[in-house]
Amino acid sequence: MMDASIIRSYLPIFAQAFTLTVIIGWIGIVLSILIGMLSAFVLYFKLPVLATVVRCYVELFRNTPLLVQLFFLYYGLPSAGVRMSAQVCGVVGLGLLGGSYMTETLRSGLETVPLSQKESAYSLGFSKAQLFVDIILPQAVSVSVPAVTANIIFLLKETSVFSAISLMDLMFTAKDLIGLYYNTTESLILLVLFYICMILPVSFVGNWIEKRSRRNIYGD
Amino acid sequence: MEDILKIEHLYKHFGDISVLEDIHFSVKKGETVVLIGPSGCGKSTLLRCINGLEDIQDGRITLEGCAINPVDKKDLKIRQQIGMVFQNYDLFPHKTVLENVMLAPVKVQKRNRSEVEQEAGELLERVGLTSKKDCYPRQLSGGQKQRAAIVRTLILQPKVLLFDEVTAALDPEMVREVLDVMLDLSAQKRTMLIVTHEMAFARAVADRVLFLDEGSIVEDSTPGEFFANPVTERARRFLKTFEFEKQR
Repeated sequence: MMDASIIRSYLPIFAQAFTLTVIIGWIGIVLSILIGMLSAFVLYFKLPVLATVVRCYVELFRNTPLLVQLFFLYYGLPSAGVRMSAQVCGVVGLGLLGGSYMTETLRSGLETVPLSQKESAYSLGFSKAQLFVDIILPQAVSVSVPAVTANIIFLLKETSVFSAISLMDLMFTAKDLIGLYYNTTESLILLVLFYICMILPVSFVGNWIEKRSRRNIYGD
Repeated sequence: MEDILKIEHLYKHFGDISVLEDIHFSVKKGETVVLIGPSGCGKSTLLRCINGLEDIQDGRITLEGCAINPVDKKDLKIRQQIGMVFQNYDLFPHKTVLENVMLAPVKVQKRNRSEVEQEAGELLERVGLTSKKDCYPRQLSGGQKQRAAIVRTLILQPKVLLFDEVTAALDPEMVREVLDVMLDLSAQKRTMLIVTHEMAFARAVADRVLFLDEGSIVEDSTPGEFFANPVTERARRFLKTFEFEKQR
């Protein structure tokens, strides 16, 4: 049986965990988008040496679980003298994992812009960076938004493994409370609700951005 | 008039396939040169080499004595001195007509915004696009898009204008409006190099006609001479393809 008074008393604890999860999650996501854009730039222009570095990075982080990456950052790196707090590890881990996904997503978006756009911009004297920022990226965004949204949702869900490095995120809090008081039903209901609150708005905002970015190019 | 653009012993190949062989000619300031020839003869590739979009394997292209191909890739200034208009317009779809025209002068040449806007307005008026300046490319007809693309190139004040089959993708009734803009530019004594399949237009606009076949310049003459008395058999055969006879 579910007890409303328990839910009420758990709410502030979950709200606190929610805030932490959202903050670390979104810092990691912003970081992943920045990494993704830089890496996609490198791959799009096939910059020598750097393109190989980016390829290795993408394959390394896309093909290993976040949990393993976090263990490496949190338990492995201190033996090499690099010590980071659990929060920083969470942000860095999510940023690097997300960056590898974002790289491929953004790159495929960039590839959809016709080559002739690149040529006409070059003929007008644009540099690579200007071409990227003013011409290619704005057109690629409308194509990439659905996939970027999917990546963001995936990354927000991946935050649930933060509990493994003792970050007091939603998952950790729920497991902790269940372990302490055995109020499994209430804890799980709150867990699900808070995850939905965290992720559902992303879908809506993603759809809205997609529509907006398409409007100028393709009409309504 | 002095030579402004010089192409000296240019060779271009893609892998083992030779596309241009020993192309050698120069263009005088204010001259309108029309390049014609069968498809695949290398006309467009030649324009792309002059614009620096293609590497060349041998030879030299110079603009007023400065090497433009081969050129240091970072030298963007020299690229702006050669303006190119493409077959498929290639306007930027996420920008309005006015933004398309203003983007390069403001971002690349770092010119004063209001000054550029005024000049853009004047040029758009000249090609009859004042009412369309706030439209997006998707809202324009092919002819309007191509006129906007010409203005986008003109505003950079290039010393040489290259036109690569700019009416090939247009409906017949829109070809005229674009060709009229080009005739106007030619009358203003702009230096122009035009690749076209519009023979009547070529005859009207050209000061000089170059006939290319299989990567080489086969004929170099005046339009009057070329269209009335082509010297080579190849040119005669090519011109014949534009004539029709009723089958009885």
